[in-house]
Amino acid sequence: MSPEEWTVVWLSLRVGGVAVAAALPVAFALAWLLARGRFPGRVLLDGIVHLPLVLPPVVTGWLLLLAFAPAGPVGALLERWTGETVLFRWTGAAIAAAVMALPLMVRAMRLSIEAVDRRLESAARTLGAGRVRVFATITLPLSLPGVLAGAVLGFARALGEFGATITFVSNVPGETQTLPLAIYDALQVPGREPAVLRLAILSVALALAALVVSEVLTRRSGRRLHVL
Amino acid sequence: MSFDVDVVLRRGDRRFACRIAPAPGLTVLFGPSGAGKTTVLNMLAGLVRPDRGHVRVRERTLFDSAAGIDVAIARRQAGYVFQEARLFPHLRVRSNLRYGARRAAREGALIGFDEAVALLELKPLLDRWPRTLSGGEARRVAIGRALLSGARFLLLDEPMSSLDRNRREEVMRTIERLRDELALPMLMVTHDPGEVQRLAGAVVEM
Repeated sequence: MSPEEWTVVWLSLRVGGVAVAAALPVAFALAWLLARGRFPGRVLLDGIVHLPLVLPPVVTGWLLLLAFAPAGPVGALLERWTGETVLFRWTGAAIAAAVMALPLMVRAMRLSIEAVDRRLESAARTLGAGRVRVFATITLPLSLPGVLAGAVLGFARALGEFGATITFVSNVPGETQTLPLAIYDALQVPGREPAVLRLAILSVALALAALVVSEVLTRRSGRRLHVL
Repeated sequence: MSFDVDVVLRRGDRRFACRIAPAPGLTVLFGPSGAGKTTVLNMLAGLVRPDRGHVRVRERTLFDSAAGIDVAIARRQAGYVFQEARLFPHLRVRSNLRYGARRAAREGALIGFDEAVALLELKPLLDRWPRTLSGGEARRVAIGRALLSGARFLLLDEPMSSLDRNRREEVMRTIERLRDELALPMLMVTHDPGEVQRLAGAVVEM
């Protein structure tokens, strides 16, 4: 592989990693709210969280562009606080990847939180544990495999992000050109099929590895949830 | 004085009422399934809130609708041995037993760790995972976990159910020892007349 291709791979991993790290607490909080919360507007929140999953990615990218443009609501705030923009930057690519990965992460985490036997939580409370300790010692460890599975799945999704990224932060080599964008770029030029093949094989390998890890984690959590 | 309970609970069109008068030793809640026996235990532990009435154990008021008292679950010091044991599957037996140690340290321990392990014959089980335990072993661990949590009284929900005869005898002997050696107020749910005959100091029919 050429140095340019290594740049693409490294950038993809960085964008995916940062995206998942940033989305993880948000996804867990949302999953918790959707699994345990009883409040008006829960169905609406559920819908909004899942929107990036069903919306054309171009639309998500365009909405991000509107929000993060220098005159946009988020972009103006960022500009004032940090003097930075995320447009055409790898940080923008990470934001797009995080938004697109969020629904998948929330789904996996929500299932694992719902699978935690609440009778174990009440048992912990009769033993003297307050809500925080019950969460930290019972709920979180028991849902952890599902949370990790969600994170791995989100990472795979983030690596594959294309539509929202190219709409939001364009296709800048070394800055926003992740694996799928590089493949798309190489396909536009005759004679670069070997590069396409190499990057495509790498994509398949990464995606497959993520799916296997996620599946193994999910199974493990299922086995450990027996009560007696 | 052990249990002094008078509670009423409405769930839909069903009405549960239970009155338990103070008695020494072990009090048995006896009756057919569906009578709400487990619900009574849940009300004592604070997991279910009665509509009205009072719950007092060893002179301490845990719930009193008239006085507006409702002590939090974690502070009731109820040693609740659930019917399904409810051991924490991600913790070894030793850590399950130590789960309530903080409250025990704060409130004064009824029994030391080694003492409880000896009493309940748990030594060979300490490093095992809950899923590898037999039904009788899991029950004994659950009893130990409750004892070691700084409990002031025990709630036992059909502790002998779904056990074969030998295991049943093993748990029954354990309960007798707790009753006689620790002088701990115990409230036990059962629908087995034999257990009532052998263990009960007082019987509350539901």
